[in-house]
Amino acid sequence: METASTITLAGFRLIIPELTIICVALMLLLLDLIVKKKGVIAAVGIAGTFVALYGTFKLYGISEPVTAFSDMFVLDGYGNFFKVIFYLNVILTICISLKYMTVEKASFGEYYALLLFATAGMMFMASAADLIVIYLGLELMALSTYILAGLMRKQLRSNEAALKYFFLGAFSSAFLLYGISLTYGLTGTTNLKEIAASLITLNLAENPIVFLGLIFLVVSFGFKIALVPFHMWAPDVYEGAPTSITAFMSVGPKAAGFAVMGRVLFDAFGGQQVQWNSILIPLAVITMAAGSIIALAQTNIKRMLAYSSIAHAGYMLLGIIAGTPGGLTSTVNYLMIYTFMNIGAFAIIIMLRREGFQGENLEDYMGLAKSHPLASALMLIFMFSLTGIPPTAGFVGKFYVFLEAINSGYVYLAVIAVIFSAISAFFYLRVVMYMYMKDPKQEVVLTTSYSMNFALAVTAVMVLLIGVFPSFLLNLVRVSILG
Amino acid sequence: MENVIFNQLSYPVLTWTVFLPVIGAVFLLFMSSAQVIRIATLFVTIATFMLSFPLFKQFDKTTHMMQFVERHEWIPSWGIHYFIGIDGISILFIFLTTLLSILCVLVSWKSVENKVKEFHIAILTMEAGMLGVFVSLDFFLFYIFWEAMLIPMFLLIGVWGGTQRVYAAIKFFLYTLVGSVLMLVGIVVLYFAAGRTLDILVLSSLQYSLKLQFWLFLAFFAAFAVKVPMFPFHTWLPDAHTEAPTAGSVILAGVLLKMGAYGFLRFSIPMFPDATRIFVKPVFILSVIGIIYGALVCLAQKDLKRLIAYSSVSHMGFVTLGIFALNAQGVEGGILQMINHGIVTGALFLMIGMMYERTHTRVIADYGGFATLVPWYAGLFIILTFASIGLPGTNGFIGEFLILFGAFKAQKLYGVLAATGVILGAGYMLWLYQKVFWEKPNPDYAASGHHHVWDLDLREVITLAPLIILIFWIGFYPEALLSFMHSSVEHMLQNLNTRVAGEGLLAQLITEIF
Repeated sequence: METASTITLAGFRLIIPELTIICVALMLLLLDLIVKKKGVIAAVGIAGTFVALYGTFKLYGISEPVTAFSDMFVLDGYGNFFKVIFYLNVILTICISLKYMTVEKASFGEYYALLLFATAGMMFMASAADLIVIYLGLELMALSTYILAGLMRKQLRSNEAALKYFFLGAFSSAFLLYGISLTYGLTGTTNLKEIAASLITLNLAENPIVFLGLIFLVVSFGFKIALVPFHMWAPDVYEGAPTSITAFMSVGPKAAGFAVMGRVLFDAFGGQQVQWNSILIPLAVITMAAGSIIALAQTNIKRMLAYSSIAHAGYMLLGIIAGTPGGLTSTVNYLMIYTFMNIGAFAIIIMLRREGFQGENLEDYMGLAKSHPLASALMLIFMFSLTGIPPTAGFVGKFYVFLEAINSGYVYLAVIAVIFSAISAFFYLRVVMYMYMKDPKQEVVLTTSYSMNFALAVTAVMVLLIGVFPSFLLNLVRVSILG
Repeated sequence: MENVIFNQLSYPVLTWTVFLPVIGAVFLLFMSSAQVIRIATLFVTIATFMLSFPLFKQFDKTTHMMQFVERHEWIPSWGIHYFIGIDGISILFIFLTTLLSILCVLVSWKSVENKVKEFHIAILTMEAGMLGVFVSLDFFLFYIFWEAMLIPMFLLIGVWGGTQRVYAAIKFFLYTLVGSVLMLVGIVVLYFAAGRTLDILVLSSLQYSLKLQFWLFLAFFAAFAVKVPMFPFHTWLPDAHTEAPTAGSVILAGVLLKMGAYGFLRFSIPMFPDATRIFVKPVFILSVIGIIYGALVCLAQKDLKRLIAYSSVSHMGFVTLGIFALNAQGVEGGILQMINHGIVTGALFLMIGMMYERTHTRVIADYGGFATLVPWYAGLFIILTFASIGLPGTNGFIGEFLILFGAFKAQKLYGVLAATGVILGAGYMLWLYQKVFWEKPNPDYAASGHHHVWDLDLREVITLAPLIILIFWIGFYPEALLSFMHSSVEHMLQNLNTRVAGEGLLAQLITEIF
């Protein structure tokens, strides 16, 4: 492994994508003062993200992991793949929010800058080789999303969402810091690889304090990916935040949380697999159970998708529990697929929103298939994909995770997962039922725009394409993570 | 790959057969006139039916091997192939599926006025899914089709069904989904047990430990028993059958129910021969309960469609009984009875659907004296009634006779018990016929009543004609169908008999598990 012990110019080459995103974000803040049209700002944001994407593709060529900045930052396929997820997330989010934020009367230029800042934070998390960088990335991401969640200043529930998210987020940061300091205190280092080494050399494998530190770390990541019982913030925040931000939050921070979780558990605590599984297995089971069951009772579709997102975190966790590189690959693959189907579903929700009409209740979907057959058909695809019915991408994601879990001998977890996945079918089906099998109660007018149509086309095509021809994605994710 | 015969035709005949309906469905997206959509769908279903002709002409009946095989890499990283082919068992279901799809379009010509485009897209994707299930030779591919089929069926029931349609649709979906996902876990376990392959032919040629066989048989049983449906997993069926639109009921009864039994034949029995031996007894018991219980419940029905739905439970009990008799007569009878049930029950649902279009009621008590009102209708209905009872000369007789013969050979007691189901079957069907067509006419439907009831028109006669012809054809010359399945069934049973360890399996299993 090539190491650079100090800050060198070569190191900066590796963080070009991150720098690009930050520079574009800063530029957007300035641009906002001059340009009145928010569309221009959004376009610049998207263009900047594409530049970063190009940079990441260029860096994909580096096959061996490279570290920089005193081993604090690592560039490898794992991080790069996550960055692609974050780019997709931010591009699709901008596409679906352009018109929506004007409807919400919260169209600020800062909105786009904050999205990019949050993305930059996630990118640092995905590439962090040191607990300190994880903390920095996580805070950059978290602080930006707190503001984004509360962007609709005049709406009470948006304020509530931001405040709740902030308080509980601060809690989880404290947990993270506790975890970091306990680990540091015992091993004398915050570098992930060195932690793994000192755990062996200092003979700390059985040390209860190490286990305690591990618990703290898992808890703080659990907050970010909304594992039960650290999910309390999720439903309220998802409901109260602007819908586009809900879409953004349900994918980005969750993926980033999984990225650091994978890195910390596999790189630093790779030898402690029995210990972390003793925490993660019960967490996964109650997450799948609570997410699927509570979602059954929701009538607000954003809240329902919040619980659905919790349940999905449980399925994704199975790959980590499997504890093999293959298992980690399946989790990352799931996250990519989840990006498309979840943002697609939120895009439809956003389309229903218009002046004086929230369009968030299940009843608002009654008879949608009659007035808007295409939008309903897309929602149907996303709902079946979230359920995991072939031939949609959701099935491929779940199949891979179950495959790896069973390969590691967790047949019973796979059985539990499929049962809850069958239970969850009910609330996804209910949306389809409302759209196709009920008569419309009121006329629904959809708010469309070119960017929205673009986002919907991309997500729907990807959901079906990955469902039928999953090979290209599977090859990409395997090459990225397994090398 | 020496144990399969690759497709010798100049074009991939099976791929075309399966995906032509999908292509048709895509084209429907761009059509707007309801009449054009109907004609186009009819055209596509007929073309699909025609495409399956070369299969029959070129089929080699002397071999059990898979024929018309196509095999391509699909998901190399998981070792999964696009692998399709047919043998003497699946070819019959291809025929049944493509034929019934045409009839479904015909029977919905006037009855479906609402969301015409979506309806026909659902029918076509449904057809593709069903065909896919019967041709798949890779378990992953099979599962994709098996599950994908649920989506159009859910919509068919839920959108175009009766008053309780939403309840029935969701119940249908959840029941089958729970069964299927358990099978999914079983598939993955099998995948690793067989060394990372889902090739059905390879999976069937391997030997698994008794314990593994036991659990996998159970996992697969969950999926197949719900689909058949076997007692006590049948409770979704009466609702789904009753509430579905006519075309949906025909597809459900005609093809969907066959998939469970097909699954037993294609997967459970060849892959888990030892576990099969252990499960013969429980399956026999459930089958006989299904036969008798289904028939008894029929006698108490007030709704035409519900009665036919429960009769399906009874008839499918015969099918599982025959298959698990594990001798040539029983298995062949079981397969034949699946086809027969598809034809007869399909036709019954078609006729009930036609009558519902006229009277808008399915309550048996509302009918009476219809033989004088609609003589042609009554005449065709009695043929179906007899075929359903299993009168000699109709196809039902051959199927039930072979099954009872096979069951009697395997376990006398169950053969005798099942035979009572035939008597009960005659009871409820004749009772139904009497209530609807004889007795005093319901004044509402008498010549000057509020409702005008007219006899069958040409479209309806054309819809029913192929099924009526098949009833007699199979009834008088069953070898036409049986000749296809001889070698495949023989091969399956041979494999089973050479691999079965004999007595003491249960004791061995118990020691392995505990």
